[in-house]
Formats: sequence, C-alpha cells, structure tokens
Amino acid sequence: MVRDQDRTVLTMSNDYSGTPDQFAMVVPVPTVLEKGQIHVGDKTIVDHLDAYSAPRLVEYFDPDPCAIEAMKDEAKSLRSMAPMAQGTTAGETRSLGVRIEASYTVGEYDILILSARESGGLETWLVRNGYTVPPGARRVLGSYLRQGMKFFVAKVNLRQQKRLGFSYLRPLQMAYESPKFMLPIRLGMVNADGPQELFVFAITRTGRVETTNYRTVKLPEGMDIPEYVKGDFPRFYRAMFARQVEEQNREAVFLEYAWNMSWCDPCASDPLSADELRKLGVFWLGGPQGQSTFISRLHVRYDARHFPEDLVFQETSDQTNFQARYVLRHAWTGSRECPGLAEYRKSLRERRAREAENLADLTGWDLRSIRRRMQIDDRDPDDGGDDSWWKGIWGSIR
Amino acid sequence: MRAASPSPGPPLDPRYYQIAVLAGLLMYGLAKLHFDITPWRAALILTTALGTQWAATRLSNLPAFDPKSALISGLSLCLLLRTNDPRLAVLTAVVTIASKFVVRWNGKHVFNPTNFGLVFMMLATGRVWVSPGQWGTFAFFAFLMACLGGLVVNRAARSDVTYAFLLSFAAVQFGRSFWVLQPWTVPVHRLESGSLLLFTFFMISDPKTTPNSRAGRILFAALVAALAGFIQFGLYRTNGILWSLAILSMGVPLIDRLLPGPKYEWNRVRPEPSPQGAVHEPNPDRSRDALPRPLLGTPGL
Repeated sequence: MVRDQDRTVLTMSNDYSGTPDQFAMVVPVPTVLEKGQIHVGDKTIVDHLDAYSAPRLVEYFDPDPCAIEAMKDEAKSLRSMAPMAQGTTAGETRSLGVRIEASYTVGEYDILILSARESGGLETWLVRNGYTVPPGARRVLGSYLRQGMKFFVAKVNLRQQKRLGFSYLRPLQMAYESPKFMLPIRLGMVNADGPQELFVFAITRTGRVETTNYRTVKLPEGMDIPEYVKGDFPRFYRAMFARQVEEQNREAVFLEYAWNMSWCDPCASDPLSADELRKLGVFWLGGPQGQSTFISRLHVRYDARHFPEDLVFQETSDQTNFQARYVLRHAWTGSRECPGLAEYRKSLRERRAREAENLADLTGWDLRSIRRRMQIDDRDPDDGGDDSWWKGIWGSIR
Repeated sequence: MRAASPSPGPPLDPRYYQIAVLAGLLMYGLAKLHFDITPWRAALILTTALGTQWAATRLSNLPAFDPKSALISGLSLCLLLRTNDPRLAVLTAVVTIASKFVVRWNGKHVFNPTNFGLVFMMLATGRVWVSPGQWGTFAFFAFLMACLGGLVVNRAARSDVTYAFLLSFAAVQFGRSFWVLQPWTVPVHRLESGSLLLFTFFMISDPKTTPNSRAGRILFAALVAALAGFIQFGLYRTNGILWSLAILSMGVPLIDRLLPGPKYEWNRVRPEPSPQGAVHEPNPDRSRDALPRPLLGTPGL
C-alpha cells in the first residue's frame, strides 16, 4: 500500500492455492476505477519487499577470549527468512453486483467494477449468475454499499492466463484518490473458518503508518535467543507471534518493521531499487516531492470477534527505525587455554541461561525442554539452575 | 457517588485528583502499554509546561504561581503528544501553556490548553501526531478510567458536559452504524476507546473553557459530538474529537452570550444545602445564581 496525502496505490497479493478457475476476488473500493487505474503487478517485487522487511535472525560470533585486546563483537553473517506466506484480503468471497460500472480485461484478470442500490438485489443477481454467497455476506455487502463503496471484482481469465504463460496469480494493483485510508477486512471474515493473516506493507513519504482503531504494538525484539533456533527460525517466529497475539488479547496490530528505505543496517536483503519502488506505486519518486520513502510492515491476525471493524490507518511523521530482529550468539569454540577462559565460560553459562529464559518468555515453550535442548545442567546454579537438595525429588515426577 | 461532605470549609481542589489520575495513567501507559514516549521526554514536557506557567505568571503580574493547571496540561501532553523531535515537544508545551494567557475572551481562555497545543502544532508543523489507537480497548482499563474520571468530574462540578458529550457521541456512533448496517459491535468497539474516555473526562470537561450555563454546556457537548462524527465519517480524518473541540471552542463566547451563566472558578466553596428552617441567611436571594460567587479569583488559569 503506497499512500501520500489522499492518493493510494494498493497492491494485493494472495496466497490462493486452489485452481484459477475457482478464484474470484471481491474488494470494496472507495471510487469507480478506470482501466488505467488498474494494473497487474510483479510478484517478485512483492516477494522482495517481504524479504527485505521480514523479521530476522542476526548472528554474532564470540571473539577469542584469549585475545590480548578486547575486541568488540562483530557481525559475521546475517540471515533472514520470510516467516510466513503473504496474507489475503477479502479474496475468497465470491460475489458480484447489480450495476456494472465498468468492465476490463487487464493481464490475466477479468475485472468488473460494480455498484448496487441494495444488497438484496446484489444477492439475487449473484444467485442467478450461478454464484454461491456465503451466509452473512449479504449484510456486509449491504454495509459497504451504504458507505458508498463500489466493488472491485476480479476473476482469472483462463485463456489470457494461458496466453501470458503465468502459472500463479500475479498481484493486482489499483490507484485511486480518496481520503479513506483503510483496508476492508469484514468481507474476508464472512466465510473464514478461523483467524486470518494479513501483512500490510505501507510505504509513505513522511513516516510510520499505524492503525487508529486498534492498538499498533511493536513486536518484542533484540533479545538473545539460543543457537539452536537457527535451524528452525520460522517455527520460533510463529510461536512468538502467536504468543504476542494472545498477550494483546488478540486485539492488536503488530509492527514488524519500520524503516527509511534509503538505507538499512543490517539489510536482510538488498533494499528495493527506485525502479521496483516505482512499480509498487511510489509515484512521487523523481518528482519535486523528493525521494523519501518510509516503509511500515504491519502483521495482523484477525477474526470477527476481536476485529469488528475495518482497519483504519493514519500516516504519522514518525521516522524512528524499527526491526523485529533476534540475536544469536555463537560461543567461541577454540581450544587455547588462558586465564581469561574461566571468566568467559562463566559469562557464557549465564548468557545461555538467559537465552533459554528469553525463548521461553517469547514463545511460551517449556523452559525445561529448552534447557534440555541446549544441554544446560538444571542443577548447576551457574547455568541459572536451582541446586536446592529437594529439587530432584519431585521434579521428575511431574 | 457523594462528593460533598456536610462539614463546612472548602473542599480539596479537584485538580489534585486530576493530577493523580493523569499521572497514574501515564505510568500505566509507559509500563504496560509501551507508549511511544520516554520518561525523559515526559520530564522535559512537564518541566517546560511548569516553566512556561511560571514565566507567564510573572509577566502577567499574577499574585501567585500555581503549578496545578500547568501540571495537568503537561501530563495530558505526555499522554497524547507524539513527535520525534524533542524541540517540538518543548514548543508544544510552551504553546499549550501560553495559549491560556494569550488566547482569551471575556476573562476566560478560549481553548482547552492541551487541545489547542496539539491542534496548533499538528496544523503548523505536520511533525507531531496523536495516536488514538494507543490505548487499546481493555475493558478493565475503560472501566477504571470511567470511574476515576467520573470522580474527577464530579468534584469539578461540571459533569453535565461530560455526560452530555458521552450520550451525544454514543448516539452519533450508534446512529452511523445503524445507517450503514453495521453490527452493534462496531460502535461498541469505537466507544471502548481509551482516547475517547480521556477526552471525555479530562479534556472537554475542562470547566474553564466550557460554556457557563448548563444549557449552553449541553448544547456545546452535542455540537462537539456531531462535528466529530462529521470529521470521522464525512471527511475520514483521524482525531475528529480533537479537531471538533478546537473548532467549536471558538463558539463558546457566542453560546455564553445566548445562554448566559456564572463563570467557573476552581477555588470556591461548594453550595451548602440550607438546613430546614434556617432563618438567618445573610443573603437569601440566590435565585439569580445557581452557583455561589468565587472566593478567590485566579484569572491566570
């Protein structure tokens, strides 16, 4: 989502996995869109944006404790993984409207812009045209109609898709001018059987984007976590995110990344080029308004009970950089003996105990199994363990 | 809740309650909700607000420096004002306090100081913002705010404006949702906002800037709610309540002219109920004034 003043360029990327002929997307939009306002985007740019802003692991290697001069920890390598697939908007709801304001074929998509006077007529029309309307959709459709919204309906044109040679659904883009800075999520919840995931990548000229009708919470970040997480970062991330969602009573939107895109340190992947940004819709690049682009990556897990209304956003002038990063420190494994080694080993034990606690705090995983996996001795007080004589009596019975 | 005690003597200034509640909210926001403000920034805002109050008191030749009002404004700014630049935080605090001394009409300041400081700086710089979503909707929190806020308002004896606003705003929200066929959970969610409660119990309730008569205050509250609704649903802008209050505060002198009433003063004795059969009342003619005359005028507040 690219936004400056009242101008919005929305890029929608779906993780739809069914057959293309079953795919239809219905999105409430604030205005009737002309053909030139709709475009089929490049999925690789969206993937690049995702990789660039994804929560990440940062690895550090402990220096040789025997080195004469104390060295500062140095980042040796860096790795990132995209935690999850792209979210969806109101994609799965298959419905059409009564009055066709416009009809275009753009790329492999057949697009209709619909409006209707009332939802009852919409529903009748849909049923006559062979569409199934999930129960409850009528009310939501009616609500958007009353708010003066139009409906953007996209279906895959199989012949065009074959001709163009794409085997996946490319993202759809639309550009419009409206003071409404929101994402309609209610339609997508009608036929959902559980919480849905949505990632919002908002690019503005001035600063961070936040929701005004839900709390925007920064994910906890910067903690040291055990080395073994490296092998399974996505699982760690999912558990951590799930726990944060619960801790915020499932009512919050999470900030995963906020950054001025002209630089990053460390970068999970290369920043987006000016050309990529322009293709995403950053329309002010190269113009008198300057080169400034600030990205906010928001992640929301929503359901109808905890998110009764659409997401409404505001653009702030907050330029503070933020990234959800987790630190992984590799212990020094050299074999040289020296007086500094004992001190190092002691601090290492304390650090590993702390890492285990951090991981348990972040994910809700059982501390004992974490410590077991890290091969920390539970009875060693230096390891953060409890050496009380009675600890072993019942501890194992539980 | 009964606030007035039957014993004679002036009751505690309601602003002490306000300061305690706002300070508590700030602690809660810093510790639990991780507001985008550091303790240092909060200290900077409070110091600037108090410093400006002191300087303005000296410049205006007021009899005494009273930190209470400045502290309330400063704490409100800590809860609401967000900016990257500490200089803008300082400037907002100065503008907020100075507005009480500069923007005056008929012996009253026109704007609620915090409201003016925020709106002025948002308009003038574009580099400060207010995060209405920062509170979330924790039911417990809303409840606590309402109780504490209610206490404050009762002590300040102008609870009518708060209740009138709350009712009008709820009517706007429910009416809008009814019109656009939204389920009732939508207006309820909007009313569960911590920002709304803060505004209702601590900002619009400011007795120094609301109309003097009860009818005027109720009218004022209804207008603020209606304009806030228009800004939210007609113009689709954030912080409708803040903009609405700032705009309509300029109409308070007009409301006071159309619906006159006695001016509010903080340090006054509450009206004591006359005991049955009392005969030696020095001035039995109280029909003209619903409220007693002030004991101590504090024109700088």
